Amino acid sequence: MLEIKEITRNFDSFTALDKVSLSIEAGEFFTLLGPSGCGKTTLLRLIAGFDQPDGGDILLDGKSIIATPPERRPLHTIFQNYALFPHMTVADNIAFPLRMVGCKPDEIDQRVAEALEDVSLPDKGKHYPEALSGGQKQRIAIARALVNRPRLLLLDEPLSALDAKLREQMQLELIKLQQEIGITFIYVTHDQGEALALSHRIAVMNHGTIAQIDEPSRLYSYPNSRFVADFIGQCNLLAGTVEQIQNDRVRVELKGLGPVQTVIPPNATIEAGMACTLTLRPEKIRISSTLTQDEGEVHLKGVVHDMLYLGDVTVYKVELANGMLVEALLANSSAGRARFFEVGDQVEVAWGFEAGHLVMD
Amino acid sequence: MSQKNRALKLSALAVYAFLYLPLLIVVIYSFNDSKLNAEWVGFTFKWYDKLFHNREMLTAAGNSLIIATSSAMIATVLGTLAGMAMYKYRLKVLPGLVLAPIAMPDILMGVSLLLFFIMLNMSLGLISITLAHITFCIGFVALSVQARMSSIDRSLTEAARDLGATPWQCFRKITLPLLAPGIIAGALMAFTLSIDDFVITFFVAGVGSSTLPLQIYSMVKIAVTPEVNAISTLLMLLTLILITLVARLSPGALRS
Repeated sequence: MLEIKEITRNFDSFTALDKVSLSIEAGEFFTLLGPSGCGKTTLLRLIAGFDQPDGGDILLDGKSIIATPPERRPLHTIFQNYALFPHMTVADNIAFPLRMVGCKPDEIDQRVAEALEDVSLPDKGKHYPEALSGGQKQRIAIARALVNRPRLLLLDEPLSALDAKLREQMQLELIKLQQEIGITFIYVTHDQGEALALSHRIAVMNHGTIAQIDEPSRLYSYPNSRFVADFIGQCNLLAGTVEQIQNDRVRVELKGLGPVQTVIPPNATIEAGMACTLTLRPEKIRISSTLTQDEGEVHLKGVVHDMLYLGDVTVYKVELANGMLVEALLANSSAGRARFFEVGDQVEVAWGFEAGHLVMD
Repeated sequence: MSQKNRALKLSALAVYAFLYLPLLIVVIYSFNDSKLNAEWVGFTFKWYDKLFHNREMLTAAGNSLIIATSSAMIATVLGTLAGMAMYKYRLKVLPGLVLAPIAMPDILMGVSLLLFFIMLNMSLGLISITLAHITFCIGFVALSVQARMSSIDRSLTEAARDLGATPWQCFRKITLPLLAPGIIAGALMAFTLSIDDFVITFFVAGVGSSTLPLQIYSMVKIAVTPEVNAISTLLMLLTLILITLVARLSPGALRS
């Protein structure tokens, strides 16, 4: 539906977007995720038409929209600060896009009333935006953006101004809303948790380029680089060198820790001698006080260095032989025992061959 | 601590007394039933009554109102555009060029405008005075509008475009209503500056067309009559009302 083709945008000497290409399907909840300055907001502004690219093209249903001014693009934006017009009532705010296309007054009244009903704020029409709470402003902004049924909704960190509890509630509402109306959403955020929770697909961006585009679960399990592994969720990164490849197995020499076995990552070119990083999620690492000899597992000795009790889980930081700290999560499944280990305990760290995921440097 | 506070209060009082006592005296003597500004004789409205039957004075007042209204209106349009340009383009020289006439000594402005009008072979009168007033009013309106403009969130105009407004609709429906307090404050300020300008007007007025300040000056040359006190009081009242309105509309406009 929307196709971004080799879009480049430079600000003076800084390259905000460097030949970015991606395509978004109709009805998709697509997220642009990345640290600040990665180019995600720049890309969103180019799609909205607030800014012009220095190179490349943006196609909507196969037609270039680069030369189309923002008011004639069939898409609307939800701004970070909602951008409700302070000198208009809530009803006039929602009516604004309808008035711009010349709707009849009674049709406007009816559709504004419906829109207010849809966001469960039927009696707020006569209020001014300043009288609304953050969550209410958010809903009015959504109602205003959806009232004339755009093809595409762009959302620029719309939940960042809300507190944690309300944010979670709004996340659920956004998912529900997107499913109900079936409009394509392009969502910009720097919050990886939010991106994983909301999206059908995520494009992870870094330094003006796309690092990886994938579904949330694949992005989490099979990051294609150190950057993505580190940015999405918590991750242990163990540097090493590819030593030997046998069938679906790889033997990797980890720096200061010796050889370990792991599986060949999907869609990767891999050769002996290549520098690589073994990425390991904390919840996939087991710690025990006794030595085990399970086949198909990696076993390493370590000392408990630190622990963080978080209620549902406890995070243990274990120092390995090379001085590196690995993080492991233990669910606190029984009320009586919150601590399995103490700082300074000798422990064994273990993970299955399939638990780790190898990325090439 | 309280010693220090009292000293501060006293010095503040002294400053206000210094600023307003002379004005107060003019107001008081405008109601004095005596031809001399020397001693209080009794309360009267007769100087005001006399004022309203003084043909020359009324003509001058009419001129002043016409000039102030038209120059404020034109300066408001031009100043608003200048203020928006100053906000939008952020060129270093632009604000300087718009604001220079404010800082320029009035006498210099007066002389240069007079030379300019003579060079153009323009006859001096209401039109030349109005043009002169427009030049020094533009800067004040521009300042007021620019201050207001920078307080408007840019995402509001982007949201308007995004929701289907053309650049013109966006200006009409969003920018202009949000700018209104700044524009009105600028207009009122321009009116105030125009109605009590003396120096520049003196140079470009020519013969035969007088404004209120020029009329007062010519009367004072003979003697400070109670009539002068009365017209001064009225002028002061008008200025105070306008300045209060300006302060109400845009608290920042007077500070910048």
